[in-house]
Amino acid sequence: MKAVRELLIKEFLQIRRDKRMLPLILLAPVIQVVLLGYAATVDVKNIRLAVYDGDRSPASRAYIERYTATGYFTVVEHVDDPRDLDAALDGGRATLAVHIPRHFARDVASGRPVRVQLLADGSDANTANISLNYAAQITAGYAESIFAERLARVGGITVPRVSAETRVWYNPELRSANYMVPGVVALILMIITTTFSAAAIVREKEAGTIEQILVTPIKPLQFILGKLLPFTIIGIVEVGLVLGVAVLWFDIPLRGSIALLFGLCGLFILTTLGLGLFVSTISRTQQQAMMTAQFFIFFPFLFLSGFTFPIENMPPVIQTLTYGIPLRYFIQIVRGLFLKGVGLEVLWPQALALFIFGVVILGLSVMGFRKRLG
Amino acid sequence: MIHLNIAPIFKKEFRQISRDKRALGILVFLPAFMLVMVGYALNFDVKHLAVAVADLDRSALSRELVERMTQSEYLELQYRLAAAEDIDPLLESGSATIGVVVPVGFSDNLLAGKDAEVQVLIDGSNSNTGSVAQGYVSLAVRDFSNRLVMRWLEKRGASPSVPVVLEPKLWYNPELKSAKFLVPGLFGLILMIVTVISTSLSIVREKEMGTMEQLKTSPLWSNEIILGKTIPYLLISIVAATMIIIVGWWLFDVTIKGSIPLLYLAIVLFLLGGLGQGILISNVAHTQQVAFIMSVFSSLLPSFLLSGFVFPIDSMPGFLQVFSNVIPAKFFLVIVRSIIMKGVGVGPVWEQFAYLAMFAFATIGISAARLQRELSR
Repeated sequence: MKAVRELLIKEFLQIRRDKRMLPLILLAPVIQVVLLGYAATVDVKNIRLAVYDGDRSPASRAYIERYTATGYFTVVEHVDDPRDLDAALDGGRATLAVHIPRHFARDVASGRPVRVQLLADGSDANTANISLNYAAQITAGYAESIFAERLARVGGITVPRVSAETRVWYNPELRSANYMVPGVVALILMIITTTFSAAAIVREKEAGTIEQILVTPIKPLQFILGKLLPFTIIGIVEVGLVLGVAVLWFDIPLRGSIALLFGLCGLFILTTLGLGLFVSTISRTQQQAMMTAQFFIFFPFLFLSGFTFPIENMPPVIQTLTYGIPLRYFIQIVRGLFLKGVGLEVLWPQALALFIFGVVILGLSVMGFRKRLG
Repeated sequence: MIHLNIAPIFKKEFRQISRDKRALGILVFLPAFMLVMVGYALNFDVKHLAVAVADLDRSALSRELVERMTQSEYLELQYRLAAAEDIDPLLESGSATIGVVVPVGFSDNLLAGKDAEVQVLIDGSNSNTGSVAQGYVSLAVRDFSNRLVMRWLEKRGASPSVPVVLEPKLWYNPELKSAKFLVPGLFGLILMIVTVISTSLSIVREKEMGTMEQLKTSPLWSNEIILGKTIPYLLISIVAATMIIIVGWWLFDVTIKGSIPLLYLAIVLFLLGGLGQGILISNVAHTQQVAFIMSVFSSLLPSFLLSGFVFPIDSMPGFLQVFSNVIPAKFFLVIVRSIIMKGVGVGPVWEQFAYLAMFAFATIGISAARLQRELSR
């Protein structure tokens, strides 16, 4: 135990000696949460609209006003020639263009359906899809009011209407931050513990000091512990920091138990440290170690864990692949704890999966590391 | 600077890279591999949302409503429940995204000329899926409501036709495939990682090993050292970019509508900026770990978050929209998407080109000046 303590002290001294290291390690996650909290929004607002109004009647203007009244659309351009709508889309000035034909008012009044063309920049599929849905709802609302006018003319009766009383659970304002920020907790824990534990070991290899340590009475297992513990501690501190920013700055509700959250972070760290150790075993230089971690671990984990892109939308083959990504389970746990406030009674399958991954990955990595040294 | 002697450093760096087979493999092939993964895995297309319905009314009208709601490819009826309470556990476990309760008396109310309500519960934890789901459901309910009104109008002898019929046309990406949007976007991300991270680490390694001192005492100029250090990575990145283009075309049908030389001009300008940024970081950092964090935070994160790669810049808060204007990846993505998807020439994107050129010039200029000062000390 004493040997491990000495190693711990050595490691922390080394971290402190590089003056830029500690502030960076502590500041980086905070910046990351703040950025993600604000920037990682797929909400579609401020849709830039170009309008060709071939009718220029009060009726056509009222129809366009319905778009801007929702707050989702801003008219950026009124064009006199329908062909200019194309140019507005080509130049990226507008993402949606409305083409209102001549005789709009006359046809609406006489009960003849008017064909309004909508040109959408489909390059961003998600934005285009949502914009078209808004437009369809606006047009349905317009139809409602026209119907009311027609009814008034035939006898002034009211007709029953059906409405949806919608309640959104877990995230009533549908804020992106509520969804993204809890995921950042998982992401940061993974990046810090994996990268730095790998780099700390490989650095000794690069500098040739690993041989010196191994001829001392320190056993490989003690060496591993001494290398992995500091970053476990730093990782846990960072989780605390990120939680603080999430709850105090972004008002993300933490509905579940904090103790359980930290406990499950511990389970996840088994996996990430195991991966760090594994990377250090197969890398000779820090550059190699970091590139390996970045490309072979973080990217697949980031994209296949459901962090930004929902797993349900992926093709079946890839959905099956995601079961092999430990981060997937941890992200589900973190979101469940934050937003749904559920506990182990719902999350036990994920916790069990994490436990198995952790024990297997860390166990294999320790074995591999000892064999390399032996 | 009459005669630049970059060959020695260039050769040394290339030999060092090619000795490290894995690093070279990562730099050249991984971008293409990532593209494959990302192209298949990433999409926001929200379709086939699982709907759980508790139809407590069990009338002809309530059945019609449920049918109308779930006939599109977006909403899929997966659970028919007998009680409203049964919806909660389905939402909690994530088995269903939308719950619909049609209350008792729904049909009676409507037939008696009174308004009726259906309750809709949505799992909002994923805000994007949640808001798309909300949009589809409320559109379906509105359409159903309008249909009822149209029947009344017909009975009363008024015109029952819909006043406005929308004719949506999708340009540039008619099938609305996320991949066509994301693949060009990946360029920025991948090239940024390759250039910024690998150059900064390779220079800082020389510092850590003490070999930088040897370079300083050699008769080489700072410009020569910089060029010798960066050109290998520039060449490797161009190869990586070509791999991305080929894989994107081969697997995802992403064809380049515009001019290919113009696209490469943009790529080279962007890469130069990234290389300059990498050298700048190596000026400041003393260890590879620090260089790595600084690279990730100054290149990878902004290129992922603030470039418009997945998250629309128009939807961000004002201060971030302003801040996004210093991120070269943002301008690069505009150019790449315009050339690849829209087939435009320099005309609409010359400002973006100018910015990329400025960024490259500034980062390389500053880092060369700093290195020169260090060398002359």
